[in-house]
Amino acid sequence: MNHTTPLLQLSSICKQFGGLSALSDVSLHIRRGEIYGLIGPNGAGKTTLFNVITGLYQPGAGEFQFNGARYQACKPHVLAKAGIARTFQNIRLFANLTALENVMIGRHLRTRAGVFGALLRNRATRDEERAITGRARELLRYVGIEKPAQTLAKHLSYGEQRRLEIARALATDPLLLALDEPAAGMNATETASLKTLLQTIRASGITVLLIEHDVKLIMGLCDRVAVLDYGKKIAEGVPEQVRKDPAVIAAYLGQETPRPQAGEGQG
Amino acid sequence: MKFNSKSKSLLAALAIALLLLPFVTEALLGRGWVRIVDFAMLYIMLALGLNIVVGLAGLLDLGYIAFFAVGAYCYALTGSPHLALAFPMAFPDGVHLSFWIVLPLAALVAGGFGVLLGAPTLRLRGDYLAIVTLGFGEIIRIFLNNLNAPINLTNGPQGIGRIDPVSVASVPLNITQNIFGIALPSVHLYFYLFLACTVLVILVSQRLERSRIGRAWMAIREDEIAAGAMGINTRNLKLLAFAMGAMFGGASGALFAGFQGFVSPESFSLMESIMVLCMVVLGGMGNIAGVILGGVLLAVLPEVLRHGVVPLQQALFGKTVVDPESLRMLLFGGALIVMMLYRPAGLLPSRVRRRELDTDEAAEKV
Repeated sequence: MNHTTPLLQLSSICKQFGGLSALSDVSLHIRRGEIYGLIGPNGAGKTTLFNVITGLYQPGAGEFQFNGARYQACKPHVLAKAGIARTFQNIRLFANLTALENVMIGRHLRTRAGVFGALLRNRATRDEERAITGRARELLRYVGIEKPAQTLAKHLSYGEQRRLEIARALATDPLLLALDEPAAGMNATETASLKTLLQTIRASGITVLLIEHDVKLIMGLCDRVAVLDYGKKIAEGVPEQVRKDPAVIAAYLGQETPRPQAGEGQG
Repeated sequence: MKFNSKSKSLLAALAIALLLLPFVTEALLGRGWVRIVDFAMLYIMLALGLNIVVGLAGLLDLGYIAFFAVGAYCYALTGSPHLALAFPMAFPDGVHLSFWIVLPLAALVAGGFGVLLGAPTLRLRGDYLAIVTLGFGEIIRIFLNNLNAPINLTNGPQGIGRIDPVSVASVPLNITQNIFGIALPSVHLYFYLFLACTVLVILVSQRLERSRIGRAWMAIREDEIAAGAMGINTRNLKLLAFAMGAMFGGASGALFAGFQGFVSPESFSLMESIMVLCMVVLGGMGNIAGVILGGVLLAVLPEVLRHGVVPLQQALFGKTVVDPESLRMLLFGGALIVMMLYRPAGLLPSRVRRRELDTDEAAEKV
């Protein structure tokens, strides 16, 4: 694979819900190994874009390329196999299964045992099961929640649930980890440790796409940032540059002529 | 699975108890009760099959008995003189295949019907799925009821009789056999056959549950969208769950046909589907031991009422005031309501559900 090509390239993605245009003509690209931020006011279409990339919605028009291959109208599991893993804005864990089992399910994609393997429980299947459990424990340790491995997911604390979602997504061996507001509802300490975790993940070679409301986190973490407003991309670039963009300031603070002090309110 | 010595001796004791069960039952309650125990085993196999669909994959199926019917008619048609009526030229004596050939075939055919039911219902969940599956169950029963014209395939409501008994190593199980000097009547022989099958079904369920496939089913049950995002092919795995459940149903259906020697559509009514579902729910959805307990209770309870209530009423009032059949439904409904109020996770909740209820209680205490 040519490593100078972008990992993900969106071209003119459109998505309509009835008469409402949730995404119109959005194009962007994410380079390998970067942390890419996606920000915008509520209802700007960030999560819709996420759902298009992960196969939950089919784009109305446009297409995207991931890791050199073109995808159009694909099921979520196909994109997961291609290497896109995600978390959800409103946490969607397997609530009545343990933390360990949640991560083990993430390994489904990269393992093979079928019905006959399960019934015969031959050496290959047993070895695979051991590898799944081992990798799952490793990932729980990696995100810092190895202690409650046998706790039901729904009984974990909020911050632990967010981390468990990341561990589960990492279990699919992704090339691109897409996180939908991972810091939502976290306090300052939790956000700081999340930031460290994301930096570690990036250092391990995984590209990160991040939707976030916490502008401070985005600015401190991302290599590049895109801003969506009313389904359109209004700005893209390095955080410093985007932050000073008048269109961005207007989108966040209203349509009036942007005043200089408005930008500070964002920082 | 590893057993320590304590659970090993427990298992051995259980095995001996089960081997002696038909003799003890016959000595204490009479031979009729051994037959009831045999039926209880069939119900356990059915309930374990349904547990895969409902308990693991979370797909509410109200037409499960249809697969039992498919399996039963598979053996009824291929192990009886009946087909001579429809095709006298091709099969002058009917078809008499060996039970052991038909058993896997019946499972496969039922599995095929499972996929047939699963395919159009992939997008449905919960109550919507329940209604479609209910309709499917009725369609199968009505077909069986009416496929006696223009070609007499199923003999309609009269059903198919004179089905060949099951033979093990060319020893037919429908007559008393002397084995090692012990006279084993037919019901005892079938008991041992069903016991072996039930043990096999339990092992298969257990292994499926603790496998990659079982985890994927549970993921679909918990959150289908998240399961898809984790790379689980939800379509294929839901079809697989329907097919596996249906195969269990079909195999027990073939056993049922061989045991009874007679099948008719009325054995496969909606009530039977609901009965099997109740066994799963009452015992503890998703928990194998719970499902077995539910199966035993619900299969034996009606017989207890039938044999206990009438004499009791005769003794008390001198006549039968309440028909045991209606009393059965009353008790049954009442028991379900009480269960849902006080033990919503079933008599023996699954490992995970139990833990969850415990911690909820602990949380309440704090």
